[in-house]
Amino acid sequence: MLNDEDRIFTNLYGWEDFGLAAAKKRGDWDGTKAIIKKGREWIIEEMKASGLRGRGGAGFPTGMKWSFMPKESDGRPHYLVINADESEPGTCKDREILRHDPHKLIEGALIAGFAMGAHAAYIYIRGEFYNEGSNLWKAVHEAYDAGLLGKNAAGSGWDFDVIIHRGAGAYICGEETALIESLEGKKGQPRNKPPFPAMAGLYSCPTTVNNVETIAVAPTILRRGAGWFAGLGLNEKNAGTKLFCISGHVEQPCNVEEEMGISLKELIEKHCGGVRGGWENLKAVIPGGSSTPMLPKDVCDSIPMDFDNLREAGSGLGTAGVIVMDKDTDLIYAICRLSQFYMHESCGQCTPCREGTGWLWRVMRRMVAGNATVEEIDMLWDVTKEIEGHTICALGDAAAWPIQGLIRHFRDEMEVRIMEYRKAAA
Amino acid sequence: MKKPFDLNADYQPESFAFNKACKKKAEELIALYPPGRQQSAVMPLLDLAQRQVAEEGAKADPPYGGWIPRAAMDHIAEILGMEKVKVYEVASFYSMYNMAPVGKYLVQLCTTTPCWLCGSDDIVKTCKKHLGIGMGETTKDGKFSLMEVECLGACVNAPMMQINDDYFEDLTSDTIKEVLDLLAEDMKPKVGSQRGRKGSMAMSGPTSLEDRAKKAGVA
Repeated sequence: MLNDEDRIFTNLYGWEDFGLAAAKKRGDWDGTKAIIKKGREWIIEEMKASGLRGRGGAGFPTGMKWSFMPKESDGRPHYLVINADESEPGTCKDREILRHDPHKLIEGALIAGFAMGAHAAYIYIRGEFYNEGSNLWKAVHEAYDAGLLGKNAAGSGWDFDVIIHRGAGAYICGEETALIESLEGKKGQPRNKPPFPAMAGLYSCPTTVNNVETIAVAPTILRRGAGWFAGLGLNEKNAGTKLFCISGHVEQPCNVEEEMGISLKELIEKHCGGVRGGWENLKAVIPGGSSTPMLPKDVCDSIPMDFDNLREAGSGLGTAGVIVMDKDTDLIYAICRLSQFYMHESCGQCTPCREGTGWLWRVMRRMVAGNATVEEIDMLWDVTKEIEGHTICALGDAAAWPIQGLIRHFRDEMEVRIMEYRKAAA
Repeated sequence: MKKPFDLNADYQPESFAFNKACKKKAEELIALYPPGRQQSAVMPLLDLAQRQVAEEGAKADPPYGGWIPRAAMDHIAEILGMEKVKVYEVASFYSMYNMAPVGKYLVQLCTTTPCWLCGSDDIVKTCKKHLGIGMGETTKDGKFSLMEVECLGACVNAPMMQINDDYFEDLTSDTIKEVLDLLAEDMKPKVGSQRGRKGSMAMSGPTSLEDRAKKAGVA
């Protein structure tokens, strides 16, 4: 279990004030100027050495992502865009940073912005987070008043602005290019890549989009050293600490910061009071937000929670939104409800996703009732494979994976449902 | 799901203009984006229009909540120099812009899997029965509209709902009735956890940072 002295988010639960004075007491904005004075190269190399991988779901190495920004401006401004459009079912970690520790994010924005040659950061926060956005807004204004943002931010010699942009209820805007479209005042429909945002993003200028948690941990990493962060976790590719959100059938659902690679069982038993009805009552876990395929209990017994171990188990760490389901759960409905989610959130741009997500939901509804044939389970599998990889963005994949996880591990349950329906109908 | 945009519906008012305070706010919002990029302000301005309508609706009899009339979209198109259809497109794409009148209190129930696992079916049933309306409907007195929504990102505090700007979390059938009854009287119910927990820590108390919790008087 992670020691308290190694925790980054010491106000995760909002016990203390989110404002500047309290944030400084927690160590934020300490030596920001000195960090910036070490230069862009140093910051990016240190981030690379820390092993930090993006906390928004894809797990791309952060230092490398920052290094993709052009070294010199060709006249176009550079932008940092922070993705606070947290909407992946099962995920509610960025919300805690935004409302309880916003200065970690703002300080991180300045440092990251400097490292990529940006003078402005746009924070795109999901519209429903109105009160969270209001805390963030207050914190940004405090930072301006204290000279930590604006001209010569924090005495660093670097001018930097932070602008908050509220979304309005569209999961797809968590996809980086859809988010950029939305910021430009359009429907949130993902762009084809290339060009990648680092070449042509917001307003066709070099842009890097990072998750809230990724940016918020950066200042602490740079203060304490890459070695400290890299030393946490099972290996250098899965390093550091991570915010986990554990929801569903546990005794005590909660958010908690833990060491990357903690076993799922320890995470649930230490922080959540165990599975409702005991560990043996566990049926399945969705480990990283709704898009990641579920894992059956026998895998959950020993799986470490990190990027590579979960990928090898046929799932993913995603956003680390852990959804726990006990033996009484109708898993077919649990996944069917996710299919409804993806249908609702499909932006409508690509045919396989627009038509496919609705088709998946309609067939899944019949699977819930058992009003289907066994062959249709195979057809369902095939259709998910036709959607996966055939759309501009990953929403198509995200709609396909939960169903694939269900069929992979609980096909027998689907077949039993069909048999029961037939028996009742006969 | 939100109601579709009907630009010729009889509830569409003839005209719309930002009031003085909102006009000033609109200028500030447009200034947040680089020169020539004022289209970026279309979302903040739609939100502003919806809030102005809500403010007017709160004082009306019968009351109503925030929504965006066609005339408001046309007004925004003019301010930003956008084609009207581009504004309609944005407004109808995002779920939070109400395209038709709603009740003063828009009750949005999350029923996505994490909330469903924690009993959102019961919450839906209780709300429907207590308010006497179905999904997508508004009470006769104009006070409440009921809407099923997708994940609102407070999963460890499930089941939850959003009413206007506020989240109500850790709901039970009893607490949800209390919240609705208070709003029916235009009183302010306590937002956040309805079971008294601080944020998203474990209900029985912290499992980390205990020293800080003690100092803060939480445990």
